[in-house]
Amino acid sequence: MNNPIVKSPTAAVALALGKDAHGSSWLGLIGAVMCAVWLLVAIFGPWLAPHPVGEVVSDNIFDSFSAAYPLGTDYLGRDMLSRILVGARLTVGLALVAAVLASGLGTSCALLSVVSPKWLDELISRLMDAFISIPSKMLALIMVSAFGSSVTLLVCTAVLSYTPGAFRIARSMAVNIEALEYVQVARTRGERRLYVACVEILPNMLNPVLADLGLRFGFIVLLLSGMSFLGLGVQPPDADLGSLVRENIGGLNQGAPAIVIPALAIGTLTIGVNLFIDRLSSRRNRRSGGH
Amino acid sequence: MSELIRVDNLRVVASGERGDVEIVKGVSFALEKGEVLALIGESGSGKTTIALALLGYARRGCRLAGGVVQIGEHDMLALSESELQGLRGNRVSYIAQSAAAAFNPAKRLIDQVVEGALIHGLGSRATLEAKAMELFRDLALPNPERIGRRYPHQVSGGQLQRVMAAMALISDPLLVVLDEPTTALDVTTQIDVLRAFKRVVRERGATAVYVSHDLAVVAQMADQIVVLNGGQIFEQSATAPLLKGPAHAYTRSLLAAARPDTTLRPPCGVAQDTLLLTIQGLTAGYGNKDARGMPTIRVLEDIDLTVRRGQAIGVIGESGSGKSTLARVVAGLLTPAVGGLTFDGQPLGGSLSERTDEQFRRIQMVFQNADTALNPMHSISTILGRPLKMYFGLKGAALRERIGELLDLVRLPRDLAERRPGELSGGQKQRVNLARALAAKPDLILCDEVTSALDTVVGAAILELLRDLRQQLGVSYLFISHDISTVRALCDDIVVMYSGYKVQAGARQAFAQAPFHPYTDLLIHSVPEMRQGWLESCGATTCGSLPALGPRADVPGLCTFLERCPVRVDGVCNRTAPPRRIIDGGSEVLCHHDSGELLKTQQDSNSMIVGAYA
Repeated sequence: MNNPIVKSPTAAVALALGKDAHGSSWLGLIGAVMCAVWLLVAIFGPWLAPHPVGEVVSDNIFDSFSAAYPLGTDYLGRDMLSRILVGARLTVGLALVAAVLASGLGTSCALLSVVSPKWLDELISRLMDAFISIPSKMLALIMVSAFGSSVTLLVCTAVLSYTPGAFRIARSMAVNIEALEYVQVARTRGERRLYVACVEILPNMLNPVLADLGLRFGFIVLLLSGMSFLGLGVQPPDADLGSLVRENIGGLNQGAPAIVIPALAIGTLTIGVNLFIDRLSSRRNRRSGGH
Repeated sequence: MSELIRVDNLRVVASGERGDVEIVKGVSFALEKGEVLALIGESGSGKTTIALALLGYARRGCRLAGGVVQIGEHDMLALSESELQGLRGNRVSYIAQSAAAAFNPAKRLIDQVVEGALIHGLGSRATLEAKAMELFRDLALPNPERIGRRYPHQVSGGQLQRVMAAMALISDPLLVVLDEPTTALDVTTQIDVLRAFKRVVRERGATAVYVSHDLAVVAQMADQIVVLNGGQIFEQSATAPLLKGPAHAYTRSLLAAARPDTTLRPPCGVAQDTLLLTIQGLTAGYGNKDARGMPTIRVLEDIDLTVRRGQAIGVIGESGSGKSTLARVVAGLLTPAVGGLTFDGQPLGGSLSERTDEQFRRIQMVFQNADTALNPMHSISTILGRPLKMYFGLKGAALRERIGELLDLVRLPRDLAERRPGELSGGQKQRVNLARALAAKPDLILCDEVTSALDTVVGAAILELLRDLRQQLGVSYLFISHDISTVRALCDDIVVMYSGYKVQAGARQAFAQAPFHPYTDLLIHSVPEMRQGWLESCGATTCGSLPALGPRADVPGLCTFLERCPVRVDGVCNRTAPPRRIIDGGSEVLCHHDSGELLKTQQDSNSMIVGAYA
């Protein structure tokens, strides 16, 4: 997690390579179901929550599973189910926005740098290198201490941390594709740069880019959760999954659901997204004839 | 002698998404000790699959479904995987097509040559290394004692292929399988590798199975030929009778396709007198530019070339001669350092941004490899429709109709339009590739090795199509190839390039008989002929003696063929730059020798010329 840039290319390759068709289809289905569930929770969670998110409903703290409080209670005796249903929206929403922005920005810059003159390519690449050398958590800590914690700032920080990695991966793929003959043909046909980038290059790198997006989503969930765990992320009384883990850390020695459930939630969310994206990639691969 | 290898009713099955497909359908043949058998056929004929089955191996997704493969006392199909492991690289060995891909770049050659034999415990490292050196010597590798200490990237492609042969032979195997071992090499290199292979196979009495698509190469190597198509044996006989009188129609088509210039002629009366493309004093290269604007690596030196309207110019040369770079410059992908291009009276910009849309339309490029020349994510109709929309603004029904016409023109069925390139065969892809160029209604098509990646029969069909299109549409070609017979079949004029220089240029007829430039001579005589004994008759040694040469003077424009030239003259060739002169037959050469001298040497000692490249 300290060095997602080094980690993510290998993981992305592993994802992009895909498993055999049979194995990935039911794993992918599980992934799709997990994603759908979390998406529904993120959208409808606040309406489904049985109790207001900040209300202390029970005298027992770190209560276990019960009929009244299906997921137990937290360190103040609040209903855990309600807090998760509401917290998931922040985690999923923020991470999704940040991941899409980071991947989109990285891929766009990569395409731009590949089809543009050499000096612009150098400029963009060196700028990204500069960003890549800043550890993401450190950057996040500095940003928060400088500007104070807010949702916008968290998203900006995550985008800033994960764009350079996305750029690197997308650029290395785009450079390879740009050297292929069909791109050369398009250039000698007199195609504009934008066309070459978007129609000739982009569709052929979309699979790994999507796989990378999934990975980045996972990383961002972890970054945001980590920030919240440190108390610098989403501020009370709002709570995302990470701050739920932090505030209930006292229940760890009792094995309280209050700490297990949010941790599990983070796990299922990231794994589900990766499985789902993997399946999307392998399906696209099959359509283009095992490219 | 008894049968050493017996293959009986071999069947190999590939399991795909749509169930099992039989790719080798009951193949039988036998081979005696010391014989060489050739498996010949186009891609998909199952020749490599059969060759691998001889090692008891089936590629991923394939299964050896039935039959017998008997190698000596071993029944290869009945053995377990671990027993097979003990035999492979020991009693049976394999020489792959691409030596460059088969060697580990991080290890020294000698370590890789003896590795297999060491694993099989065939001797101590010292004895094996001594044996390897002996093999290196037999394979006519330069400096056999020391070459093993080099890394794979430090030797040439032809040498690497021979080192791989040493690796295969070091265990004295019962059977050597050679899978297209010279296909990736230049003809001038191929001849030396073939000669080395032949020598070790004969001397060591090795039994070999030689897989190839090239009948002329096979004619030099094999005692028996098996002609395969679609996983079945079409014809099987000894080499001499097969070459003389092929029984099967398919074999006859293979024979005809191998030398397209014997059946195809360029159309007459298409070329006009008006100039279409003029290249003057062109120098270009790659890498950073120095103070005078010259690139670090110069690939083209002072090239002059004219293409008339409707004319086809062939450019030949081996890899690294700069022929593809020439096409890239004309296409605008590489900006020339010096020199100018004129297209139909208008100056043609060096870079893409200096060109007009009309110039883009009128010059189209067709690349060698149709697999990478077509975007795998686009359908055929998108690929063909894009230039039509761009240049002519076609839409809707008119667009569909024109796409259909283009597919008709390249003789493809119209219902292919909605497929993607991945669903097409190699020949079909190359036709789509051509159709895309034709969509622009160009005046000049740059063809870069368009038939090289295709099977001979398919390639010959593409050549025929190119000829007919030229006749029909009056389009000009700049046709780049490494194969002189392909160029002869299509082009009016031929340009020979050697390391960036135009060494000979002349009409097609001038390339039929001597005199030639020494390099052209080497090139022409390195193309295997379709007769047995050609390899022996064209020179006995691989280390032909080149005339001694003093140190080179530091003069710009010195002959680049100097290192390999069999007729070089000390004191002239290494001192002064060669002049351009016109020789008998009307072609222009870059050489110190005049017509008479060239004719004399080329009639005298063919053997020396061919043996000149070690």
